[in-house]
Amino acid sequence: MHEVIIIGSGPAGYTAGIYTARAGLKPLLIASSVEAGGELMKTTEVENYPGFPNGLQGPELMDAFRAQAERFGTEVLLDDVIEVDLKGPVKIVKTGNGKTFEAKAVILATGAAYRELGLPKEKELSGYGISWCATCDGFFFREKTIAVVGGGDSAMEEANFLTRFASKVYLIHRRDSFKASKIMQERALNNPKIEVVWNTEVAELVGEGKLTGVKLRNTVDGSMSDLDLDGLFIAIGNDPRVWLVENQVELTDEKFIKVEGRSSKTTLPGVFAAGDVIDPTYRQAITAAGSGCVAALDAEHYLTGLQ
Amino acid sequence: MSKHVTTASFQSDVLSSSKPVLVDFWAEWCGPCRMVSPILDEISAEHGDKLTIVKVNVDEEPALAQQYGITSIPALHVFKDGQVVKQIIGAKPKPSLLADLGEFIN
Repeated sequence: MHEVIIIGSGPAGYTAGIYTARAGLKPLLIASSVEAGGELMKTTEVENYPGFPNGLQGPELMDAFRAQAERFGTEVLLDDVIEVDLKGPVKIVKTGNGKTFEAKAVILATGAAYRELGLPKEKELSGYGISWCATCDGFFFREKTIAVVGGGDSAMEEANFLTRFASKVYLIHRRDSFKASKIMQERALNNPKIEVVWNTEVAELVGEGKLTGVKLRNTVDGSMSDLDLDGLFIAIGNDPRVWLVENQVELTDEKFIKVEGRSSKTTLPGVFAAGDVIDPTYRQAITAAGSGCVAALDAEHYLTGLQ
Repeated sequence: MSKHVTTASFQSDVLSSSKPVLVDFWAEWCGPCRMVSPILDEISAEHGDKLTIVKVNVDEEPALAQQYGITSIPALHVFKDGQVVKQIIGAKPKPSLLADLGEFIN
């Protein structure tokens, strides 16, 4: 049996790995088979992570996190957790490749998954003009007209990044101001290839087999308009990924995993949670990392108490 | 490692193949592509007798990517008798890929 299993491999998961490994707990970190490294694997330049004054690439940062966790003995498994039973003193974790593990404590760091617009055709046109990953797909829109939906840092970053390829990038936002950080907003607003479409939401996806445009609805007066597009990048936020545990630990009203006060303690003993899956507010790499540290220290304390 | 296919070899390696061929459209800078690549190597090792798996680097072969309408990678296209008979978009875990490819490998 393992002392502790960590589920997730973003900044929270790997930081929990670093701290529990250094505590001698030989953690098993189940990282996912195709999403290891988490959200930052899809970003380009990370400029706000302290300690890197010149910035670095998201995947580079996550490689460093992983190397640091492994250096102290974290075992990283590239597999997907598909089922858990966390109620008893022995926690059971099952993976997609058919393995079953047991542990005395579990740290949930499953992060958040991108939010969909919730429109008809969204799934069938994904990969055929609709994209969720600017760094993966921007390349295919050289000299094309595209749009980004959203108003946060991710939307700004994607819009700016995509101007390397596209001839024109519309930035569609349902309000009259962005919630993105000032520096990211200014970059987008000052980019001559970006045109902001304020107070507007995507009402309909147009195209058969391939996206050819969108119908837009003005959120102030309800008026409709058409916009021809070659591509649409959706960056409207993330939802906490709780499906694995939602029937076992208590969630908040907003469907995040509920933790006690400033700790990482969930409503089940020996089960801790960290990172974006508990955080409706800050959701930064650095806050997730700090949260992973908290969970590791809480788990260590819990395991000491069992002896 | 799967064979890298180019525009020049696409006809003989893919279109004229007597076996179904899965073409993995990928690029170095695509994180999800790098994650799915070792999974495809495993599937190739286990099911290579029924399904050939090859790679097309979209950076080096933009014409092929354009010809097959690739706008998102990883994109996995299965060719049979010269026709695309199955498209899988995005990196998926091995059990999902095996399920998606069931008709070709079982």
